[in-house]
Amino acid sequence: MTKSELVEILLSKAAHVSHRDMETIVNTIFDSMTNALSSGNRIELRGFGTFEVRVREPRQGRNPKSGQKVTLGIRKVPFFKAGKELKEKING
Amino acid sequence: MTKAEIIEKIYTKIGFSKKESAEIVELVFDTIKDTLKVGEKIKISGFGNFVVRQKHSRIGRNPQTGESIEIIARRVLTFRPSQVLKSLLNNGEIVGPADEDDSEDS
Repeated sequence: MTKSELVEILLSKAAHVSHRDMETIVNTIFDSMTNALSSGNRIELRGFGTFEVRVREPRQGRNPKSGQKVTLGIRKVPFFKAGKELKEKING
Repeated sequence: MTKAEIIEKIYTKIGFSKKESAEIVELVFDTIKDTLKVGEKIKISGFGNFVVRQKHSRIGRNPQTGESIEIIARRVLTFRPSQVLKSLLNNGEIVGPADEDDSEDS
């Protein structure tokens, strides 16, 4: 399901919200999550899960095509851990 | 950041009441959860994909006792961040090769 399909489903469940507002709502949610993560903040969504930024140490990598060695610098990656409720729901 | 801060943003941006804002945010996450529950993936362009993966049963070991136990087959949720999100966390630099599953409309 894409973001626009999500908007359509949400509209069918909340008919009082206009299409434009629903798009703004969904965009606001993910934009604020993106902003939180890029400022290095952790996101805790009760019943859903948590997002945090993890630091990957620099390492020697290899270009798999040419076999050439490359140095991969320190980098940050977003990490998501599903909450207990969601884990159980998915596995149920 | 918590849900309360997201609700606050919806409240200021859309002009919904606090209660309405909280309900709509709850509805968004509930809808995402219900979709994942049936095994369908969620693709949010610019943010990332939530994918449900089937894990087969395997023999695991209790690292403390060394005892073998069967880890039963189960479904797990994984989040694959988009290239956009990954680069935002690294001051706009492209880090690492693109994953094949990164394309946001495939």
